[in-house]
Amino acid sequence: MAKPNTPVIEIKDLKKHFPVKKGLLRRTVGHVYAVDGISFSIGAGETLGLVGESGCGKTTAGRAVLRLVEPTSGSIKVEGTEITKMSKAELRPYRRQMQIIFQDPFSSLNPRMTAGDIVGEPLLVHGVANTKERNEQVAALFARVGLRTAQMSNYPHQFSGGQRQRIGIARALALGPKLIVGDEPVSALDVSIQAQVINLLMDLQRERQLSYLFISHNLAVVEHISHQIAVMYLGRIVEHADTRSIFTRAQHPYTEALLSAVPVPDPAIKRQKRVLQGDVPSPVKPPSGCHFHTRCPYAVDRCKVESPPLREIAPGHHVSCHLR
Amino acid sequence: MAIINHEAALARAGANVSGFWGQSAFLARRYPLGAVGAVIVLLFVLTAIFANVIAPHDPLSTNSRASLAQPGGSYWLGADFMGRDMFSRIVYGARISLAVAVGATLLGGILGVAIGLMSGFLGGWFDLATQRLMDIMQSLPLLVMALVMAASLGPSLENTIIAIAIPLVPSVARVVRSSTLSLREQPFVEAARAVGMGELRIAIRHVLPNTLAPLIVLGTAQLGSAILTEASLSFLGLGIPEPYPSWGRMLSESAAEYVRTAPWLVIFPGVAISLTVFGTNLLGDALRDILDPRERT
Repeated sequence: MAKPNTPVIEIKDLKKHFPVKKGLLRRTVGHVYAVDGISFSIGAGETLGLVGESGCGKTTAGRAVLRLVEPTSGSIKVEGTEITKMSKAELRPYRRQMQIIFQDPFSSLNPRMTAGDIVGEPLLVHGVANTKERNEQVAALFARVGLRTAQMSNYPHQFSGGQRQRIGIARALALGPKLIVGDEPVSALDVSIQAQVINLLMDLQRERQLSYLFISHNLAVVEHISHQIAVMYLGRIVEHADTRSIFTRAQHPYTEALLSAVPVPDPAIKRQKRVLQGDVPSPVKPPSGCHFHTRCPYAVDRCKVESPPLREIAPGHHVSCHLR
Repeated sequence: MAIINHEAALARAGANVSGFWGQSAFLARRYPLGAVGAVIVLLFVLTAIFANVIAPHDPLSTNSRASLAQPGGSYWLGADFMGRDMFSRIVYGARISLAVAVGATLLGGILGVAIGLMSGFLGGWFDLATQRLMDIMQSLPLLVMALVMAASLGPSLENTIIAIAIPLVPSVARVVRSSTLSLREQPFVEAARAVGMGELRIAIRHVLPNTLAPLIVLGTAQLGSAILTEASLSFLGLGIPEPYPSWGRMLSESAAEYVRTAPWLVIFPGVAISLTVFGTNLLGDALRDILDPRERT
């Protein structure tokens, strides 16, 4: 049993560099620094929102946490157990502890399997071989995520996007995991359906003490569901704090810019918009020093040479910026 | 994995789908062309099975007085140069031609699927080596490859099947490899990995079923070319040895000499070949749709 204060998942200095190969001999000519040394931990029943622009490495980070892509270096601990170097066979029991929900509710379900078979598959892989027993468990999962058990024999194309996402959630729940990585789980859904799915996820969290790593580019959604938020930019976490602090006392200029892009549903409120200039630099050749200096309105000479460490500027509030 | 058991879905469509006949009737109404194809294929299969009951003459016995007999009388479809009954030879020929066509297509298909899946999944040097080998094989015409194979194996039914199957492998391997490459990156495959499913099981459960549609189309097309390749091989003396009847050889050995004087020697084997190819194509098209859950509602 895990000690009460052991986080469900603890990530230290996780890196994932994809080699860029060129030419006939497939020589490595460089690396994509998709995830470049991130650390965080998530306790039981807690949600960490991981936000950032597309291409900042947040999806790769989610995949690397589950070892769906092999991390280049760093450490992943599940309830205190190091799983980074485990073989596939050793890893299998830990797979039960952590599952994933995908962004695209269409490509995440095998079009040739029935919804019941899809949700039952994790059980099958993990040894619930008895068909009757499996069907009962699948039926219970269907009921829990708000689908009718009669729909178990239907195929994915017969469901709507929101229903498909519920199937994906049921599949992720099947093994009774402690951690669920949600890779933009609501980004492909209509706004009204988004709320339903988010509420379902929050209910499930309360009920089962689930931990979420919630990856999203939508700050409004993340604010609603997360306890802490980590902001990623070009493979690094630039600011990490509890949700309230991020929304009231954001310190990093990048976080400020992200926040100012969130629409406020009140036309009377006039805000100073900080619109970032330019695009995210290439993760193959990230800028020297602070990765953000090319777009930062406050950048000074020091930012171009020296990479700022992630410092704790207030209890639990970490920022990687020379100026704070 | 359920493939045909969609009674619930069909029942909702208002069909009588109780039991085998109910389902067949429903599918026949839904895919009339496929039903025609199924009937043709079934007819030929039955002919092959019951050849000894159906054929009025011994397909091998010669009769000099009946040489090149016209259709009619006791020789319904006429007789060949050696006075052998054409109808009986076509009926018996169904055995050999179908065995060769189905055998070669299946063998080539199985090998191609195995190579394509491995190529797509393993990648790296294995992929590079096999794909270049497939390139070399595809740069040679089907018949030339089959000729080389048959010549080195010697004429017999089994060797003919192998000789025709091998050249069919590359196109199957290509199709399977390319769908594998895109499918293995799909989130539903990643989900299977996330629960700890092994790669082999993923390949069979998640990837293979999703390559089915192009495979069926390819397979039915290959069935036809297998029959025609067998014809050419046998004509050149490298396929089914004389005197056993194969449609292909019956067609090709009489084509040059008798097409003007005794056209029935050419027409009837030709009709048998065309009908089989036509029937399998119709059936294949319908099967592709029937086996795809997305096409069903």
